[in-house]
Order: sequence, then C-alpha cells, then structure tokens
Amino acid sequence: MSAAFDEKIHETLTDPKLQLAIYKATGRLVEERRKSIEPDVCPDYQELRTHAHAIKRHTIEHLDHYLEEFTRQVEAHGGQVIFSKDAEEASDFVLSLAKERRAHLIVKSKSMTTEEIDLSERLEHHQLESVETDLGEYIIQLAHERPYHIVAPALHKTREQVADLLTERLGVPRETVIEKQTMIARAVLREKFLAADIGISGANFLVADSGTVVIVENEGNARLTTSAPRIHIAVAGIEKLIPRAQDLAVFLKLLGRSATGQRLTVYTSFLSGPKRGDEIDGPDEFYVVLLDNGRTKLLADRGKRQSLYCIRCGACLNHCPVYRKIGGHSFPWVYSGPIGAILIPQFLGVRHEPGLPFASSLCGACAEVCPVKIDIPRILLELRSEVKKAEAREGAGRLERLAFRIWAWVMRHPRIYEMAGMAAASLAPSESAGWVRHAPFNVGPLRAWLSQRDLPPPAAKSFRQLWRER
Amino acid sequence: MSHETVLHKVRTALGRTAAQSVEALPPARLLVPEMDVEARIRSFCERVEALAGKTHRAHSAQDARDYASRVIAGRTAIASNATILSECGITSLPGVQAGFTDRDELRALCSSAACGITGADYALADTGTLVLLSSLHEARLISLLPPVYIAVVERNRLLTGLDELLTILPRPAEQTSSMVLITGPSRTADIEQILVRGVHGPGEIHVVVV
Ligand code: SF4
Repeated sequence: MSAAFDEKIHETLTDPKLQLAIYKATGRLVEERRKSIEPDVCPDYQELRTHAHAIKRHTIEHLDHYLEEFTRQVEAHGGQVIFSKDAEEASDFVLSLAKERRAHLIVKSKSMTTEEIDLSERLEHHQLESVETDLGEYIIQLAHERPYHIVAPALHKTREQVADLLTERLGVPRETVIEKQTMIARAVLREKFLAADIGISGANFLVADSGTVVIVENEGNARLTTSAPRIHIAVAGIEKLIPRAQDLAVFLKLLGRSATGQRLTVYTSFLSGPKRGDEIDGPDEFYVVLLDNGRTKLLADRGKRQSLYCIRCGACLNHCPVYRKIGGHSFPWVYSGPIGAILIPQFLGVRHEPGLPFASSLCGACAEVCPVKIDIPRILLELRSEVKKAEAREGAGRLERLAFRIWAWVMRHPRIYEMAGMAAASLAPSESAGWVRHAPFNVGPLRAWLSQRDLPPPAAKSFRQLWRER
Repeated sequence: MSHETVLHKVRTALGRTAAQSVEALPPARLLVPEMDVEARIRSFCERVEALAGKTHRAHSAQDARDYASRVIAGRTAIASNATILSECGITSLPGVQAGFTDRDELRALCSSAACGITGADYALADTGTLVLLSSLHEARLISLLPPVYIAVVERNRLLTGLDELLTILPRPAEQTSSMVLITGPSRTADIEQILVRGVHGPGEIHVVVV
C-alpha cells in the first residue's frame, strides 16, 4: 500500500464529522434502494438484473458493431460523432470547436467521464469559463475538489462548509439554511445557462438503433445544459452503448432504484440530434464525443471486461463496508468504492496503487447489489494476483518504493512536514492567491496527487509557527 | 480523428473483424399489464401526489380552465401550442401568453414567466410520469424554466408505464430530437441529503387530467 493512500485513509478515519457524514448518506441511500426493490413494488427486480447483464454482455462482446450503428444513426439525425483515443483528443475537439464558434462560456452537467479526463480544468487552462451546474458538482468545483461519490459528489460537505464556500467564492452573505443555499446557486447558475454558448453533458446510455443520448437526473440542470445553449456536446465512454431504445425499459428501472431508490428519476431525456425544422427550441449543433482513454485495454481482457458493464449507479459504494469507512477521497482517482477498486488498476496499471485490490473484505455485498451483476469480488482476486506478480517481477520499482517510504516518513513527522510546507510557500506565487498546482518537491505520490487537484495556497505562517510564537 | 483507430482497437480486443456478423440479441423485455383507464388515472394521480405534485381531475374543459386559472392566480404564464390548451380555453386566460414559434422570444418569456403550461403526449400510470416530445406544439423550455409548471393531460393518453411507451414508440428518435420523461418536481439532495425542490426546474407541479 502506498503511503499517500495510507495517509488519506488515516485522515478520513480520524475525522469523526466526516465519518458520520459518510455513514449517514450511504445509509440513507441503502435504505431507499431497499424500499424500492421490495417484491410488492418491484416483483421482477432479479429478472431485470439478469436481463440487464445479458444485454450489456451482448453489447460489449459486439461493441464495434454497435458503435458503428450508433454513429450512422446520429449522423442520420444531423449530429456528429467524434472518437477520441484519450483525454487530450477529447478536450482538443471541444477547444477547437469553442474557438471556431467564438464561445466563451460553457455550462456542464454532471458527468463522471468528463471528471475522468479533467475536462473543465483543461478548458479553463484555455481561458474558457466552464461551470458545473449540478448542485453537488458546483460545490465541488467551488472547493477545487474531486467528487466524493459517483452519485452524490458533495456527500462529505456540511452546510457550514457550503456556507463558507458560497461566501468566499461568490461574496454572498453567509447562509446556513440549505434551501436558501440551493436558491443562491440556482440564481447564479440560471444566469450562466441563459448566457452559455456550449452545453456539455455526459450520457447514461447511448442507444445504437436510434442514435440517442439518454440522460437521467433530478435537478433539471442536464435538461438546461442540453436545451438552452446553441451547441450540445455529449461526452461518453464507448462502453455506454445499448442496442435498442426498448432496452431502456430494463435499464431505467434499475438505475433509478439502485442509485437513489427512485422508480424513475425526475427527468429522463432522450436526445437525438439537433433541433429539427419545425421544433421551437433546442441546440443547432449536436456532437457526441466517444472516449476510449484505456477502455479498449480493458476490453481485451476476457475475464475482466465485464467491468465495462457498469452503469455508475453507486450502489456498490453505498453497500461497501470499506467505502463507508475510508470514503471517496482515499481512492487515487475519480472512481471510488468497489467499482473504483477494479477500474483504477485496469485503467492506470496495477502498480499505480498496489494496495487497492487489497482494500476489500471480499464480503460480496457489491456483487449482490450491482444491477448489472458485475462479479466484483472475483475481479478483485484476479487483480490481487496481478499485483503480486508485478511486484515480484519489478526490480525497477525499488526507487519508487523508496520515494513512497520517504513520503510516509515526512507525513508522520510533523516538523519535517512543516518544513516541506514552508518550501511550498516560498515557491507559490508571491501574492499567495494562487493554488499550488505543481509539487515543489518531486516525490511520486504528492506529484500524482496534485495532478488531480489543487492544494490551497500555503499560509504565510503555519499554524505550528504561530502557536510557538504565542 | 481517431474513428478508425478506436474501432480497430475495439475489434482487436474482441478478436472480431470488420463487418463480422452479430449473434442474436436477447429479445427486448417489455411487459404491458392489463389496466383500465380508471385504474390508470388513479395510479397516475397517486404517484404524482406521492412526489409532492398536485393533481386535478377535470370533468370538463371549463373545469380544467378554472383550475389553471386558480393556480396562475393573476401571475404571468407562458403556454405551449398544444391543441388541448386552446381547446380548454387556457391560452385565453388573462396573463397567459401563447403561440410562440421563435426560439429567442420563447426563451425570454420562459425565463421571466411565473408559470409554464404544456400538454403531454403521454403519461405513465405506474410512475406518475409525463412524456413530452419536442415539436412545433411543445417547446423544451416551457416545462423547465418557470418555477411553477402546469401540465394538461387527456385521459386517453395515459399508458400503463414505460414498457407500454416503448412498445408504442420503439424509436423515439424517429419522431423528435428530444423526448423527456418528467416524474415530479425538480429536486436535489446534494447538501446533507436534505431534499430541496425547484433547484433548476420547477419546484411546483400541477397535472390536470381531462
Ligand atoms: S459496479 Fe454495479 S453497483 Fe457499482 S456503480 Fe457500477 S453498476 Fe452500480
């Protein structure tokens, strides 16, 4: 286990407020799901799962065929499909389109795939304003953090923390009533929707037989994102395909129930191309960016390719005794919990965080609740043996291990940590208003960690310094 | 760009060749129960109310119009071009503006009006869902921007559920660029899991069954 992973886990375990927040939120989602699949309200729940697994399996086994059909259908409805091999290609497409159309403001609706490729950050590097519009995502964006949970990104934030964020970032008077906080965000974001040039969404499903992008949500921000601006871009992984619109009868019932215990989410949008001749509103341009970014690597592994069946419902996180203790930010990537534990090693390599496949009790709860029946425990076991093999093979890993050990040692010795912090302070921009984006020293885990997020600028004087000067 | 590269990688990973045939797809699973209209209406209204929506069963066009008028209560409203709305006389209620075909004009009004009023192409009894297909009769933003939303549904448009909808419309893309299913008022629980309605879309929703 790397020291960074170890350290994040330790931080989470020793924060009682955070522990309570995770426990309460996941507990509530578990309970809502349970109620929504009881035999009297959903007698065919198990059959739905079996069917969903069969459909996903068929689609993934013939993915090339369905990708081609989807592309033809989108084009037939006046849209365009762009295949991207990685994050850079995907963001380059958005950037060049934005430049051509002289776009400045982009509104975004919640999408794990765009989180995966750091799209907002990449766009903002090029002086584009990219605003997250899902309330939870908006809070996370204001805080410069990663989502804590696939479905509930701001699960770890208390109303007090949200109040501070809103005051600090928007300059509004401090407000701790959740309804009022929500209305503050609504007002700010409403302006953005009406002024935006481009809307970027994710996709829950891509329907091959009709070239349709399906998006489920509760707030209405995805509808606004895809309806108000003149350009709509949907960004999705190639695994999101399903063969027929009729298959949604199975998937929509499972997704709402597994995620939040809803029979259907508030809004389900079926979007097929730009606004048509006689329609009154909707975008003039419609693009679907299909992302590989490592998915074809997973696909090549017969035993583990079922990891790509995931519909991102978050149920395995809520039911996982490990996630419920260590939370979402302990995981070294945007995907966390059991699904994160099997995706991260496959996307980033087993040596990226060798501890991951071992951070599980193999209790089987994830496989039991997964609506598409991914055999997560079996995949974890396979990954464990791959980690062992890789470690035995690698003499070259020694240097890296040394860096990990140094990092662990630094983190455990507060005086040295403080010195490292002072080094960071002296390297940060002079007014110290900027966020630290590059590690001042070249220790592996810290650098990797910073590539995902920013640290607040170090204080001119550390707490420990101030304490001693009293 | 990488169109062929990605497809090639997919095929290689799966051990398939271009244009190789596809095994039989498992049949679609669509179950449509028997349910008379009265039972559909009852179930639909029950579900909408369970989600904190209001319902009204109108026994006449006049009754539907009166209900809409009470909800609007002297505020401004924007109505879609659905025939049912003019048939009920809702479009001629004071404060109601209708007949828009221009996107910019419609958008400006939607963002200032207190109420949005639409018809519904279908409604789903088992989930309390409204189904709207974007067309020259229905714009996307009327059911979305104003804080109060009123939908008028004809009783013969009530389907049992999603399975029946997808049986009737196996490929919604053939009819419209946008089909939306609306199940209750806009909501969020992103801060401390506390439910707040009306975060981006309407927080108040009224369904009149005619
Ligand atoms: S692995 Fe299964 S349970 Fe976990 S998020 Fe994906 S679909 Fe949901």
